[in-house]
Amino acid sequence: MSYIAIFITYVFINNFILSQFLGLCPFIGVSKNSESAIGMGMAVTFVMGLASVLTYLVYHFLLVPLNLAFLQTLTFILLIAGLVQFVELVIQKNSPALYQALGIFLPLITTNCAVLGIAILNINENYNLMESFLAGISGGLGFTLALILMSNIRERLDLHPVRKVFKGVPIAFISGGLMALAFMAFDKSLLTNLLG
Amino acid sequence: MADTRKEVFTKGIFKENPVFIIMLGLCPTLGVTTQVVNGIGMGLGVIFVLTFSNVFIALLKDFIPNSIRIPAYIVIIAAFVTIVEMVMHAYVPAIYNALGIYLPLIVVNCIILGRAEAFASNNSVYDSFLDGIGMGLGFTLSLILIALIREVFGNGTITLIAMGSFDGVIKIPLLYNYPIRILTLAAGALLLMGYLKAFFNWYSSRKQETI
Repeated sequence: MSYIAIFITYVFINNFILSQFLGLCPFIGVSKNSESAIGMGMAVTFVMGLASVLTYLVYHFLLVPLNLAFLQTLTFILLIAGLVQFVELVIQKNSPALYQALGIFLPLITTNCAVLGIAILNINENYNLMESFLAGISGGLGFTLALILMSNIRERLDLHPVRKVFKGVPIAFISGGLMALAFMAFDKSLLTNLLG
Repeated sequence: MADTRKEVFTKGIFKENPVFIIMLGLCPTLGVTTQVVNGIGMGLGVIFVLTFSNVFIALLKDFIPNSIRIPAYIVIIAAFVTIVEMVMHAYVPAIYNALGIYLPLIVVNCIILGRAEAFASNNSVYDSFLDGIGMGLGFTLSLILIALIREVFGNGTITLIAMGSFDGVIKIPLLYNYPIRILTLAAGALLLMGYLKAFFNWYSSRKQETI
C-alpha cells in the first residue's frame, strides 16, 4: 500500500474511534472540552508513532528470530507501558511546557486500546518499518480529529437543553454515532477514486 | 466487611454492571457484538481472564511492592490473555478469527485492570474470585444483550454455535428480508449504546424514586 493510502485509510476510512471502536474510553472521558481533547490527541499520536516503531523492531528482530511470537501481546503491553513511562520522564526533564500540556494524559495512554491496537494491526498487516510508523501517526491523527470534533459538539451541547436521562454519556454516544454515520462517506471507493 | 458474599457476586451483574453503569471496557463491547456468538466468545474470554487475574492478584497482593503494582498487574493479565488467545486459536478458530484484534486487546480492557486495582488488591482470594466471576458475567450478559439487538434487527439472524445438523444460524422471518442494516455498522453501534445507556439511567433513577 502506498504511503498516502495508509494515511487516508487510518485517518478517515478506518478511523480508530468511529469505525473500529479503539480508544472509546478517552473518547467519552476526555472530550468534555477542546483543550484537553487536543492535549490527549497529541499525546496519543506521539506515543502511537513511537510505539509502532518500537514494537515493529522488537517483533521482527527479537521475537521472530527467537520463536517467541506467541508472547506478542505480553511483550507489546510491557513495551508500551515502559515507553509511556520513559516519554513522561523525558518530557518532564526537557520541556516543562509540553509536560504541562500532555503530562496528565500520559499515564492514561498505557491502557488506551488504540496504542496496543496499532501495534498488533501493524504486525497483522505485515507493514514494513516506515509503513508501521506512518500507520501509527495517521491512526493517532484520526483519533485526534474525532476527539476534537467530539469535544466541540459536546461544548455546544452543554448550552442546550437535554433530557435528564440523556445528559452526559448517552448524548455523547448518540452524537458519536451520528458522526460515525458521516464518516461512512469515506470508504474504500474513496481510495480508488483518489489514487486510481 | 460490609458486603455479604452474595452481594459481592451479584453486584457486577446489575448494580455495578461494568458496561452500562461504570462504562468500562467499551472497545470490545461495540467492536465484537455484530454476532451473538462473538459476544459469547468474548464474554467467556473476559470471565476467564478476569477471574484468574483477580485470584492471582489477591494471592500476590502482599508481595507486590506498591510502587510497581500496575505493571505487575498488567503482566499477570497479559499472561492469562495469551493463554486465552492460544486456547481459542486451537479449539475455536472461527471465533478466534472473528474476534481478531479485540482478543489481544482484552489486556487493556479497563474492567480487568479496574477490578484488580479497586477490588482484588485489598480483598481476600475467595471474594476476589466471586467478584471476577460476577463482573465477568455482567460483562458477558451486556455483550449478549447488545449483540442480540444488533444482530436481530440489523441482520435478521441469531448466530449461535453450530452443532450437528444445526448450522448455528436462526433466521427471523420478516427481519431477515428487511433488516435495519445500520445497526450492524459502527454508527449504529454507537447510537444503540447511547440509547441503552439512557435507558439504564432512566431505569435506575426510577428505582431510586420508588425507594
